[in-house]
Amino acid sequence: MSMRASARAPDWPRRLLRGALVLVAVGFMVLFLLLPLATVFVEALRAGVHAYLASIRQPEALAAIRLTLLVAAIAVPLNLVFGVAAAWLMTRFEFRGKALLGALIDLPFSVSPVIAGLVYVLLFGAQGWFGPWLDAHDVRIIFAVPGLVLATVFITLPFVARELIPLMQAQGSEEEQAARVLGANGWQMFFRVTLPNIRWALLYGVLLCNARAMGEFGAVSVVSGHIRGLTTTMPLEVEMRYNEYDFAGAFAVASLLALLALVTLAVKTLLEWRYGNEIAAHAPGGH
Amino acid sequence: MRRRILPGFNISLGYALAYLGLIVLLPLTALAWKASGISIAGLLHLLASPRTLTALRLSFGGALLAASINVVAGLLVAWVLVRYRFPGRRLFDALIDLPFALPTAVAGIALTTLYAPNGWLGGWLATLGIKVAYTPLGVLLAMVFVGFPFVVRTLQPVLESLERDVEEAAESLGARRWQTFLRVILPPLLPTLLTGFALALSRAVGEYGSVIFIAGNIPLHSEIAPLLIVQKLEQFDYAGAAALGAVMLLSSFVLLLAITLLQRWSSRWAEPAR
Repeated sequence: MSMRASARAPDWPRRLLRGALVLVAVGFMVLFLLLPLATVFVEALRAGVHAYLASIRQPEALAAIRLTLLVAAIAVPLNLVFGVAAAWLMTRFEFRGKALLGALIDLPFSVSPVIAGLVYVLLFGAQGWFGPWLDAHDVRIIFAVPGLVLATVFITLPFVARELIPLMQAQGSEEEQAARVLGANGWQMFFRVTLPNIRWALLYGVLLCNARAMGEFGAVSVVSGHIRGLTTTMPLEVEMRYNEYDFAGAFAVASLLALLALVTLAVKTLLEWRYGNEIAAHAPGGH
Repeated sequence: MRRRILPGFNISLGYALAYLGLIVLLPLTALAWKASGISIAGLLHLLASPRTLTALRLSFGGALLAASINVVAGLLVAWVLVRYRFPGRRLFDALIDLPFALPTAVAGIALTTLYAPNGWLGGWLATLGIKVAYTPLGVLLAMVFVGFPFVVRTLQPVLESLERDVEEAAESLGARRWQTFLRVILPPLLPTLLTGFALALSRAVGEYGSVIFIAGNIPLHSEIAPLLIVQKLEQFDYAGAAALGAVMLLSSFVLLLAITLLQRWSSRWAEPAR
């Protein structure tokens, strides 16, 4: 497989070119990936471990952490159920308008986060479609937790479905049909055949969905209203501290989010190494 | 139609439609409705204002440039990761997705701190007379950062499936290395490069979190279009925000459609090379 297997030994200009390409690529990755990551931790710990710990133990920081966990705990399961249902629909049945439905599932990926927040303000905000009615019934969606959840659901909607669709397409439905013919009912078929077949891809999709849900900034920033301790998630707390020139504090909260990103990457890489063929359909040109 | 053996068609169809309708379609309809509330004259006034024009130009121009940079850098990085073995290769391969995984606000403040005039890189660049933070160049940099994984990740599987004997045949027939690259390697990659370009582009056009910190948001200089939407919302100019949002959405759909057409054309052109 390696280059050494080719018939001729590499001549020196070829080696030089290869070395130069590797050097440029590694340089680019260090500059663009490693340095920003390192900056987060260096800046967070600049004032020492004590200041760092005190900074993430402040009540606003703890409230932000709790809110972020809460929003993700609602949004991710919603999109998990939707993703499984949508993937089942898209890969097991033929029906009119299927391509359109597929495009609709992908749509949130090509909508700016700010617009994702904006559309909910237009629906539920004070001047929105349902604004007056909500006001009369004393229900708050915008500048409150439900708005944060809705914006997050919108942004992370495609993740699980996008992972499952190519895999379930490639797996085909023979095993499920066999289960049905042998007398399994729908739920038995789903829990004993479908779910075991897609479990690693499902975990993979949930992992990415969760990372985005906890880290989303633009969409939640529009619907949040930035009420400290009540509607600020961790990324919003980072922004507020940064804008108040509390750089060490901003990077302290940011470092928690960066840790989440690193854990996500590590688990994702592990899943790819161990269960690569159970996660992605290995079609050339595929995702 | 033959009888379906597999269950769950009606329930999954109903559920998916209801969910998509509530989460995606209804809100986007509200956007279209609110945007249509602005008069033609009002829309023209909005679009013709220098501030809007500058912001739209920076968002779309910057995103096009960033996606182009990502195509070149992504091709290089994907090539090196797939073809060569070097220490740390697997680590770098795993790190490619960092811009996906790292929350945008975190990336934003990290890039700003790095490239600010008193930052590690910014200070060094300042001695060369290059200002990155709080300029359009900083916006471009953040856009390159968020779009970086797309080209690499779409290219990798295709590069892995590329047959190397064709390259060897080209070389044994006397082709120079750049000829092999341009005539043998590049044509079958073109549709994939365009896919990566489109993904990086649509991400960069709408990007907010990682851009606003490094941009400095100086009117008529380094403001991006999504920021103008946020500002209009803060001034309770809902119609203006909706109109600008609709213009952005429509423009990016037209761009993506153009890329899809280009892709169809390029994959036909790539066929004989296979």
